[in-house]
Amino acid sequence: MAVAAPLDPTAAAPRRRGGRERFLVAAVFLTPALILLGALVVWPIVATVVASFRDGTGDEFVGLDNYRAMFDEPRILKAIRNNLIWVAVVPAVVTAIGLVFAVLSERLTYQRAFRTAVFMPMAISLVAGGVIWRVVYEQAPERGLLNAGIDVVAEVFDPPGEYAGALPSQGVTPLEGGFVAEQPVEPGGIVSLGLIGIPPQQVPESAEPGRMPTPAADEVAGVVHRDFTPGGAGERGVLDPTELGLPGMKVDLRDEQGTTVKSAITADDGSFHLRQVEPGTYRVAMASSNFDAPFAGIAWLGPSLILPAVMAAYVWIWAGFAMMVLAAGLSAIPREVLEAARVDGASEWQTFRRVTVPLLAPEMAVVFVTLVIYVLKVFDIVLVVAPPEVQTEANVIALEMWRTAFGARNEGLGSAVAVLLFVLVLPVMVLNLRRFRAERG
Amino acid sequence: MARRLPLHVAMAVVGLLWLVPTVGLLVTALRPRELFATSGWWQAITKPSQITLDNFERILESDAIVRSLVNTALITVPASLGVVAIAALAAYAFAWIEFPFRDVIFLGVVAMLVVPLQMALVPVAELYGTLGIFGSIIGVVLFHIAFGLPFAIFLLRNFFAGIPKDLLEAARLDGASEMRIFLRVMLPLGLPAIASLAIFQFLWVWNDLLVALVFARTANAPITVAIQSQLRQFGGNIDIISAASFVSMIIPLIVFFAFQRYLAEGLLAGSVK
Repeated sequence: MAVAAPLDPTAAAPRRRGGRERFLVAAVFLTPALILLGALVVWPIVATVVASFRDGTGDEFVGLDNYRAMFDEPRILKAIRNNLIWVAVVPAVVTAIGLVFAVLSERLTYQRAFRTAVFMPMAISLVAGGVIWRVVYEQAPERGLLNAGIDVVAEVFDPPGEYAGALPSQGVTPLEGGFVAEQPVEPGGIVSLGLIGIPPQQVPESAEPGRMPTPAADEVAGVVHRDFTPGGAGERGVLDPTELGLPGMKVDLRDEQGTTVKSAITADDGSFHLRQVEPGTYRVAMASSNFDAPFAGIAWLGPSLILPAVMAAYVWIWAGFAMMVLAAGLSAIPREVLEAARVDGASEWQTFRRVTVPLLAPEMAVVFVTLVIYVLKVFDIVLVVAPPEVQTEANVIALEMWRTAFGARNEGLGSAVAVLLFVLVLPVMVLNLRRFRAERG
Repeated sequence: MARRLPLHVAMAVVGLLWLVPTVGLLVTALRPRELFATSGWWQAITKPSQITLDNFERILESDAIVRSLVNTALITVPASLGVVAIAALAAYAFAWIEFPFRDVIFLGVVAMLVVPLQMALVPVAELYGTLGIFGSIIGVVLFHIAFGLPFAIFLLRNFFAGIPKDLLEAARLDGASEMRIFLRVMLPLGLPAIASLAIFQFLWVWNDLLVALVFARTANAPITVAIQSQLRQFGGNIDIISAASFVSMIIPLIVFFAFQRYLAEGLLAGSVK
């Protein structure tokens, strides 16, 4: 291909280089790409389809056995079912969040900062993103951020009991999550309620040494105390001199039917008075609310929540993509169109619903379809976020394919699972081809 | 403005919430492992004395982790440059050279856009075994290039096809060879598309787990695989996992912040057109 200046620039120089030479140039330009695509994409597709009809080692033709095995194996069925849930939920959620973010951030003064923050997770690997969410999802509220946040709210609406974990001492038995004195009592009587198993740091700081009060004739009085004397000198079931009263304990008086008729809260020395009691026989109980366990944390990484937990992490990563594509579409909508709608008296919501959304439909379709493809092939994030013991619960097709073909070394079945994945993306491929042909006219 | 105040506040909160998980990983990596078992990373906000660089020092002294970072670079750089070079040549041919079956072949490329790479893993593993490159870095690189090509060719062909015909015809009339036109006209004019493609491919390959998991042996494994191999003992290895994850994010984040505009434009070119 020597570069010779043609004598007559208007003459047939380009045409002379047409035909055979043009073809040669094209061949040279295309060869590296076609070799790689042929050897590592096209031929392997054919080979995988063939392998899916052969046994695990590829030696024998087994017909449709692998496909039958695939739909008989509960683990693979679970993967298929999970993947379908992914496709049904994630693309729609990501598109919706992206749309809301794009529209709401449009007129922010700190628009760039907001969009950068939301777009940023797209830059990092799904492995790192998965690790990030593994830390967020830690179950103990002391360690996992999500459960810590829920814990703060839960403390307000359903505060834990002050004496969670306490155990009954002598003369006291468990009842409905709380404890009850074994001896019945009548007006004018006293009750001593001992509890053990309360570590020093759990005893409120205001606690004073226990004191048994003196009841009036129509009263039931008593003391709730920590039935433990350091050194083991104390006597079980008895208020010893150094033992602390337990303040803030809700004490109930129950009649013979078990109905609560009076309630009181213990003072700093653990004493309480249940006043104006009718004659009769009663029992004194400590309500279960005193002993409610604190919020133990939701098991986000447990078997029942692992699937939505992984999906939420994925939404966090991809929302920025949807937002950026839709924001670009939004900025391409002529201002006048939106202004016209507002001038005609449309509310913000009506403008959004009737003008913005229809005009953004093509971009929304692109985001949705892109997400469908990626979600069908989802792999890394499941492998990283789901702990090994719940991975079967979170299983997806791509993960199953890798495990079957390279973990269990069953190439036939692994290939069949890959073909299933291929079949699932085929509609998108047809869509792409149609759209491309239509554009070319 | 006053009416919009609640919106401004709400969006600021959402933006911060979006960042919190990542900050959590960084702070986790900056605290000693023992503390992870007993308290949340946010404790470090009130107790800055918990902050230490020990975890980062440890992974940078660990041969395995450093090796895996080097491997990530050794895989990512050639895979990115390779895709750009090979796809640009092919895209030029598809856009500006007439040859038989051009449209049919290009339609094939469009069809390959969505092929799951799972369809190639088993046969290519065998092919690599036969060629003696299974487990090697070159095998990982070639696979990444091959599966990056359809999108790259598609993107660049569309961009090249939009370049004014006069420019090319003028160069051809001047007798410039196709290679010369490609190098002197197409590449400079196509730079925006090439840049966003290169950034994409760079992030894509840097962040890959699956391809390396299948084709790279341990000594050639990138950082993503190194992290994944620690996950079985999540709490016990959290010092290594969190610090390595954060280190693995540094380069992509720099690329992201430096070329954010290209990235957003590339997304559009790749998906909307």
